[in-house]
Amino acid sequence: MSVIIDNFDVFTGGFWITLQICILSAIGALILGGLMAVLRISPVPPLRAVGTAYVTIFRNLPLTVVMFFAAFGLPTLGSNADFLRIPVLDVVFTRLGTDLPYFRFAIIALTLYTAAFVCEALRSGVNAVSPGQAEAARSLGLTFIQNLRYVVLPQSWKAAAVPLGSVIIAMIKNSALVGFFGVVGDLSSAADQLTSAGGFPFIPVAIGISIGYLIMTVPLGMYLDRLEKRQAVAR
Amino acid sequence: MRIKRVATLAAVAALTVGMAACGGDSEETTGGDKDFAAGSTMEKLNKAQKLRVGTKFDQPGFGQKGLTDTPEGFDVEVAKIIADELGIPASKIEWTEAPSKVREDVIVNDNVDLVVATYTINDARKERIAFAGPYYEAGQNIMVKADDASITGPDSFKDGSKKVCSVTGSTPAEEIKKYVKDVGSQLTLFDTYDKCRDALRSGQVDAVTTDNVILLGYIAKDEGEFKLAGENFTKEPYGIGVKKDDADFRDWINTVLEKAFEDGRWQKAWDNTAGKFGAELGAAPTVNRY
Repeated sequence: MSVIIDNFDVFTGGFWITLQICILSAIGALILGGLMAVLRISPVPPLRAVGTAYVTIFRNLPLTVVMFFAAFGLPTLGSNADFLRIPVLDVVFTRLGTDLPYFRFAIIALTLYTAAFVCEALRSGVNAVSPGQAEAARSLGLTFIQNLRYVVLPQSWKAAAVPLGSVIIAMIKNSALVGFFGVVGDLSSAADQLTSAGGFPFIPVAIGISIGYLIMTVPLGMYLDRLEKRQAVAR
Repeated sequence: MRIKRVATLAAVAALTVGMAACGGDSEETTGGDKDFAAGSTMEKLNKAQKLRVGTKFDQPGFGQKGLTDTPEGFDVEVAKIIADELGIPASKIEWTEAPSKVREDVIVNDNVDLVVATYTINDARKERIAFAGPYYEAGQNIMVKADDASITGPDSFKDGSKKVCSVTGSTPAEEIKKYVKDVGSQLTLFDTYDKCRDALRSGQVDAVTTDNVILLGYIAKDEGEFKLAGENFTKEPYGIGVKKDDADFRDWINTVLEKAFEDGRWQKAWDNTAGKFGAELGAAPTVNRY
């Protein structure tokens, strides 16, 4: 156990990088997933087709394959993901602004993959709202967007909160793969570094990184539980 | 007449038994003429006629398993020399894959008897296991594109503009962190060297760093595309990992290595494997008896 205490800076450095990746990917996935969910439930068939195509592709490709395409396919297409070098953000998230594109590629891959699952989680919440609500809103003359905003989505939150939470927690754990695709110093490659080059025994190091991931996922789970209770519409 | 017949039959029978006995002896000489101290690891292995070796399956020239049953390479040949001295034929060696992360664990947990897997000797590892050897001195080096003259050694990374790639958890990755100005914007790590080579090829990084023999394997495969930049800048002595408290076995392996350095088996093992990449073997290292 002294391994954890002696190398605490390695663990905290890894925790911070993984936290950055997870925050940025979560924001991206929620925005993109929300957009795709709206596309999938829209009354316009071409938009529905776009949403369905997106979900079919990214829900069914393994995350490793998506990361492969991001890390090695994007450079072949000539892109360094420079559009993600957002000026204000890269003061806090320093790796966003560097010449090395692999941090941005990892975020793109995680976002695209998780957005498909976020879309489906939100859509399952929308499906749980009884169709009479949408019909009543339509008959009152609300447009599609007004319908979603004032009637359907507020009621869908109760059913969508739990799957959405699971999806985000799964994304936090999936971020462990970024160490294999060019990102230096995230939490699980800290384990690699300590056990291979450092020669420390594996079990204390594994306990250390498990605690790191639990620090990220357990509060998120508890927060979602509270949100679910607060937002639930009385039936 | 009868006596002659009986005598002939007896002579023939005696000759047959004699020949069978001769046949029996030649089968026993591989195990029989090795003499070890009672109770030592060598004697136990010799009696069991089985040696469990951990090696790499994915390092060209040192330990690489292709489509055949057993891996091939310099490390594999060194293990075979040790098995031969133990009186165990090469076919009775049990090869286990020992990727970098688990090399100490497989020794400590007694999954293998020894580990020969591009295993750099360092003090942190000596806390859990013991090393015999070294049997080869590699060195860390840098591989760049063939037309790139701007990187001449590890100091070229100090100004912060050049990007370098290595593999997660390797000692070269830790070493290059000392020369790089800012880890986050200059160093990238993948899980295999193939990915580093692809990143170098497409220009995402300017250099790949690891032990020189691994780099030479890639330079040999991708003719003319890459080159080494400068000289080796560290010493990576490769050792044979054994259990920490087995001093006799360690000593005995050191003696075997010294013999192999002198009688040409070590040189021959190199020429048949990693030597094909054009790397020089150099002088035999001095084994470290501690």
